[in-house]
Amino acid sequence: MAKYEYSFYPGCSSQKGASSSNYLTSVETMCDELDIQLNHIPDWNCCSASIGYAGGGELPRLTLSARNIALSEEHNPGQEIVATCAACWLATREASERLGEDDELMAEANTALAEAGLKLKNDTPIKHMAEVLVEEVGYDEIASKVKKPLEGIKIAGYVGCQTNRPFGIHGESYENPKYLDKLVETLGADSIPDYEKKVQCCGGALAFSEPDKSQEMIKGILEAAYDNGADMVVTPCPVCQMNVEVYQDQINAKYGTKFKMPVVYYSTLMSVAFGRSGKDAALDGQIIKAKKLEDIAG
Amino acid sequence: MSTNTAMIEKYRNSFLREVEANVEEGDWVKMCMQCGVCSGSCPLGKDWAHPPQEIFMMIRAGKREEVLTSDSMWMCTSCYNCIVRCPRELPITHIMHGLAHYAKRLGLAPKNQPTMKFAQLFWDNLAKKGRVNELKLGISLYFMNGFGEGIKTSLKMKDIGLGMLKAKRMSVAEAFGGHSVKDLTGFQKMLKKAQELEDTRLSQHG
Repeated sequence: MAKYEYSFYPGCSSQKGASSSNYLTSVETMCDELDIQLNHIPDWNCCSASIGYAGGGELPRLTLSARNIALSEEHNPGQEIVATCAACWLATREASERLGEDDELMAEANTALAEAGLKLKNDTPIKHMAEVLVEEVGYDEIASKVKKPLEGIKIAGYVGCQTNRPFGIHGESYENPKYLDKLVETLGADSIPDYEKKVQCCGGALAFSEPDKSQEMIKGILEAAYDNGADMVVTPCPVCQMNVEVYQDQINAKYGTKFKMPVVYYSTLMSVAFGRSGKDAALDGQIIKAKKLEDIAG
Repeated sequence: MSTNTAMIEKYRNSFLREVEANVEEGDWVKMCMQCGVCSGSCPLGKDWAHPPQEIFMMIRAGKREEVLTSDSMWMCTSCYNCIVRCPRELPITHIMHGLAHYAKRLGLAPKNQPTMKFAQLFWDNLAKKGRVNELKLGISLYFMNGFGEGIKTSLKMKDIGLGMLKAKRMSVAEAFGGHSVKDLTGFQKMLKKAQELEDTRLSQHG
């Protein structure tokens, strides 16, 4: 039996051929090394993220997450739910809290769920993978698994928004969370504790609908990383990762900058530090290659 | 009588009451103490014609049309800065989403607001198969303002698309069917029922 076991909600962007499929690959590698067993919630659906509100009203949105929790309670009973995507985690936990506070909504959600033969008990804790790493596994255990310390790499810890607010990691501040920096140090790399854009918004879904406004914010996130001497940026969020990585050429064209900053997931850093191959760490999923990690992974 | 006219009739003297009864988390609006921390904390604050603090006061002042036709709420990036900083713990992000949704439902939201259009595309996309099809969502986004602009946007986004394809983070296979929940019938019946229940509840309020 594995040391840790969770009911896993991977989310739409983690699927094969989707924008954060590289995140899932590296999470699986990381969990393999840390002896964390992830039992996928069978037949999970989209959480509607934080942009579903225009088309979806309160109850339809909450019902989406209620279905996932109900499926987890039926198929993975007694297991806490863990999500790797910030939006998945936020929407699921928000739905669970809202339904827990409002009996009328809860009854309506269950009436809707009955159409799919499901019932929500709503007594399952919902966690982000970062919480599992920091609160359950802990830095010491993570450090004990490091085979190839990421020496000489300076990494800006970009926590972003939804992994940090409104729930965040227990004991961490919303304005200056430090867990990502501690994790970077645990892996043998150099952190930048005073990286001033660590909780700056990247625009989220508005990167699609309001590209100019979002890219102005992304430019700030990258500029601060360069100013602090970062070799790369690390983030726990799929939307942050994509937004900060993929628009660099467009930003360069617009602002005359010369950004070429790799943006990686914490799970990629950990997989490399744990001695796994570049493929297992999903380094091939980088659009801007993380050369320094490739050199270590070999 | 349109829903909009019916609402104006019913809540003739109080837009605040209307918001409390019909907008998600709307019963929090009266708790705003006008400190302005939300407006100062918003990453796109400068792009809101009326930042959240103003929206709250405008609701209380009965500025119904100005609020519901504004594109301000559609500037929300869902960063949750305002929520964690609000001294009175108003769920501001959710109220802004709720106002945007209500304005759209009444047909008052600005017609070509890009985030409104994208958000609706996102919802339609996930409702169809239970999971988001990123390829189709991207294509529908590029073409949401017509064919000509769609071609222009597609060309502008070409390099990003190629990069994603090369990194296997985008798949042309998604154009044909693509990812889906297995119990699609159950999923769609559930969503339909949730919509019916919501419509019933709102019509009772209205």
